[in-house]
Amino acid sequence: MKFSEQWLREWVNPAISSEELVAQITLAGLEVDDVGSAAGEFSGVIVGEIVSASQHPNADKLQVCQVSDGTTETQVVCGAPNARAGIKVAFATVGAVLPGNFKIKKAKIRQAESFGMLCSASELEIGEENDGIMELAADAPLGNDIRTYLNLDDKIIDVDLTPNRGDCLSIAGLAREVGVLNSLDVTCPEYTEQAPQIEDVFSVRVNAPEHCPRFLGRVLNNIDITKTSPLWLQEKLSRCDVRSIDPVVDVTNYILLEMGQPMHAYDLDKVNGSIIVRMANQGESLTLLDGQKVELTNETLVIADNEGVLGMAGIMGGADTGVGEGTHNVFLEAAFFNPISIAGKARSYGLHTDASHRFERGVDYDLQRKAMDRATLLLQSIVGGQAGPIVEQASTEHLPSLTQVVLRKARLKSLLAYKIADEKVLDILTRLGLSLVSSDDDSWTFTAPSWRFDIAIEADLVEEVARVYGYNNLPSTNPVASMEIPAKPEIERPLTVLRRHMVSRGYQEAITYSMVEPGLLAKFDDLNKPVKLVNPISADMAVIRTSLWPGLVKALQHNQNRQQSRVRLFETGQRFIPSDQGLAQQDVFAGLLYGSKHPESWHGKAESVDYFDAKGDLESLLAICGQTFSFEAAQHLALHPGQSAAIKCADKTIGFIGAMHPGLVKDLDLQGPVFMFEVDLASISEGVLSAYETLSKFPEMRRDLAIILDQKISVAKVTQTIESSAGQWLTGVRLFDVYQGQGIENGQKSLALGLTWQHPKRTLTDDEVNQWVEQVVEHLSKHLDASLRG
Amino acid sequence: MQHLKQLVTDGLTAVAQAADETALDQVRVQYLGKKGELTQQLKSLGQLSAQERPAAGAKINEAKQQVQDAITVKRTMMASEALSAQLAVESIDVTLPGRGQDLGGLHPVTMTIERIENFFAQIGFSVAQGPEIEDDYHNFEALNIPAHHPARAMHDTFYFGDGTLLRTHTSGVQVRTMETQQPPIRIICPGRVYRCDSDQTHSPMFHQIEGLLVDDNISFADLKGILHNFLKVFFERDLQVRFRPSYFPFTEPSIEVDIGYLGKDGEQKWLEVLGCGMVHPKVFEHSGIDTEKYTGFAFGMGVERLAMLRYGVKDLRMFFENDLRFLAQFS
Repeated sequence: MKFSEQWLREWVNPAISSEELVAQITLAGLEVDDVGSAAGEFSGVIVGEIVSASQHPNADKLQVCQVSDGTTETQVVCGAPNARAGIKVAFATVGAVLPGNFKIKKAKIRQAESFGMLCSASELEIGEENDGIMELAADAPLGNDIRTYLNLDDKIIDVDLTPNRGDCLSIAGLAREVGVLNSLDVTCPEYTEQAPQIEDVFSVRVNAPEHCPRFLGRVLNNIDITKTSPLWLQEKLSRCDVRSIDPVVDVTNYILLEMGQPMHAYDLDKVNGSIIVRMANQGESLTLLDGQKVELTNETLVIADNEGVLGMAGIMGGADTGVGEGTHNVFLEAAFFNPISIAGKARSYGLHTDASHRFERGVDYDLQRKAMDRATLLLQSIVGGQAGPIVEQASTEHLPSLTQVVLRKARLKSLLAYKIADEKVLDILTRLGLSLVSSDDDSWTFTAPSWRFDIAIEADLVEEVARVYGYNNLPSTNPVASMEIPAKPEIERPLTVLRRHMVSRGYQEAITYSMVEPGLLAKFDDLNKPVKLVNPISADMAVIRTSLWPGLVKALQHNQNRQQSRVRLFETGQRFIPSDQGLAQQDVFAGLLYGSKHPESWHGKAESVDYFDAKGDLESLLAICGQTFSFEAAQHLALHPGQSAAIKCADKTIGFIGAMHPGLVKDLDLQGPVFMFEVDLASISEGVLSAYETLSKFPEMRRDLAIILDQKISVAKVTQTIESSAGQWLTGVRLFDVYQGQGIENGQKSLALGLTWQHPKRTLTDDEVNQWVEQVVEHLSKHLDASLRG
Repeated sequence: MQHLKQLVTDGLTAVAQAADETALDQVRVQYLGKKGELTQQLKSLGQLSAQERPAAGAKINEAKQQVQDAITVKRTMMASEALSAQLAVESIDVTLPGRGQDLGGLHPVTMTIERIENFFAQIGFSVAQGPEIEDDYHNFEALNIPAHHPARAMHDTFYFGDGTLLRTHTSGVQVRTMETQQPPIRIICPGRVYRCDSDQTHSPMFHQIEGLLVDDNISFADLKGILHNFLKVFFERDLQVRFRPSYFPFTEPSIEVDIGYLGKDGEQKWLEVLGCGMVHPKVFEHSGIDTEKYTGFAFGMGVERLAMLRYGVKDLRMFFENDLRFLAQFS
């Protein structure tokens, strides 16, 4: 909310500067977002009157004006179309300095002498309007400094109020707060009751008292809407960012700003029969004041007449019954709507108004009569007319009840770790408007004022006391707590270790959005149907990822487009897999490689990464946890059919690795080859507790085998066959060569393997080992049709 | 004996003239081998009397030793020369870059989270995690933000239409922890959060760290103490900190914490860095914690915001572009 500092100071005027005031309210929880000035920096501008204006002899668009300051007349050349005899203007005399340090000097404009300048509002940085020079009120005192006359030495303070402080959405509320902070009393304008001058009433029926516990209405007949609001009122409105429209609207806006009571005025001649406060019927339509047509739901409270809906209660009135040029008789409304009934309603229609903003936070439920009186008085002083008696429909059972809140002295002290003097506590709370109901040695009992909707329990009072006392005036300590150290299993492999491992292998950590483009995701996963956002921020963030690959690939694309020839990225995060058992939010570890094996170097020739670089990196990551993993050829939508594997741990697939499908690389306009992997994080985060085994003192025996077999048979199969047939004391099988080509039949391959054996308690004999080798060869031949290479 | 002297002289000359290992070995065989010329001299001892024999023998051995020593010296010298030659050949330009992978790096968001985790781990906080797709109850209701509460408008929530949503803060983890654990509770919960908002200072996804401490006698003063301490440690300087009243439905009193800095013209300025407060009694009630027995505080901070302040990053969106030139600046 923007407000004028001077307006506030009319109510309460602490002896502190604007800066101090801003700091003070900020530190009381009314955060100031911005402080502006009511006008630009200028001097030497006075109220003048154009006595005569004649056409400039040498320029079509200029006029030569005689301007009076009350004593003398001065000639000024002016180009504004609205410059004419008889109007009061902002007259910058010779020697004046306008905003931007623009000095006004005597000048000759097309041979006509000019002593000064007539200013527009925007030239003085008072307003935005720029259709000609400012026209001042007819009673503006000639010769007066404009700054004094328009009260321009004012600050516009924009305060960002938290939703619990609806009570501060008015000058009255802000003044109350400033009064509390400075221990000053607040001067309110007098709310004199405006006695009715006529008998006319208009019938009001409240059918939904739970939503509208209080409704006040009053007829005001024979008004003259052609009058304009006085300058002071227009100025106050404009400094709070409200445009002047007509006196009726201006006065209701003024009451909203000054007192915090949203009001509404209806053109009485357009209302049929009576005013009815009711819930809308589903599908009823209404054209709002801003011209927008809405279809209402039956959860919306409306103000209606005998024929239809007139407006959305507490949000916005309708266009049909709005006050306008031809209005003679009005019906004024001041109501209290239940905050819960209004909350969220405006938003559900895409609306947000000054009224809804206040009603959903809570408007003082005792304010309506005062507001009605003040509005009538103000309005009649401008537009005349005769007021009827106030009609009030109130439902006490639905009005908020005065709850009593107990504040225990001991609790206050222990929560703040500080004792604030009892008198100080009482002063703070009573100035805030709480009434002390009773007190004893240990506690006080208060009732909250009708404007505070955020005080219901003891903690609310503790907050108020602490806030006004000043958070920064309260002590600061280090907590004392029992030093029980939380247990952390040793077999857990912290994510930070896994991440740093990849970093040491040259990978850069990426963080990509969890929301992805559905079309892109579908290229990587056609098995899972991703969950869709109802309100995505854009089409390319419409679904939640079921894989981290699309995000990493987009990052790759971004970097390839920036001439990066070598990219290694990893990301950890959740993927979201829907299933019959509900949505699985699964942490995964994913990586991507592209470019050369090694950074560009003097050593050797650059060689592009291949599947085994990716696999090597992944295997080293898996090795951290120490479980046994295997890789099995597998098909995956996004992967090359001949270079992709499922990663298994105890028969469970925990992820995939492979080359990105060349078709997909082309489709996404990437440079390839690209290799990717993604594994379930939980499966690689739990290791095995280390356990000591006695070292054998006896020598290890080694035999090397070279075998030839069908190239389609996987090394994993060969290793398994060897392990199952090489006896109990086999300690290792190492593949040290794979060969295809000259000397080996087409479709066959040669493998060279080193087998080692060791016995814990004795030296193995050659005979034993030779026997195992024979067994192995036999098995390889029988099961895999492998033969020894001669 | 004259002959012996001559042999020694010849032997020493031969040693001196030997050009390599092989030649030197031939000299050894010629003079000291089984049939070597000096070795042969020992055979002539048989012609001498028993009295003369020891003295003559000693002389011959002495002659042999003389030649042997010369050979040993020469051999050592040759080995040393050979090594020097080898070393000369093997010398390299040690300033050439080493072989292998360059070091990658952690994302600045991760670095920031880890630093914060480490601070709180030192004072006994454990890390807790919660779901990113959260239900309305844990994200709002249990945190004292009922439906239609104006505070919901501040959250710009992403919805799925089935009552679930992308969590707007990590505060839901507080609730989940308190549902299953009785005090003392000391946790921090880092993670991704989501708001339907995007510009230079807002990202639809960002990271928060939530902290919660619940125990006997935890006061507002404790909250101030821990957070002031944390900020000093995080920014590694003795900065000014101020505590400003604010409003979060799940804490009361609620506080925003600002750190002080000097503006260009030397004026004191403040920058909001985190939100916190004493846990609201209604939140305790929702989670079944006795509000008379326990008090506690909670705090939440935006990780990117802290990372931006710490490392001088200007645009929030940079964090999620994953531009290698950006990422490589953090290690």
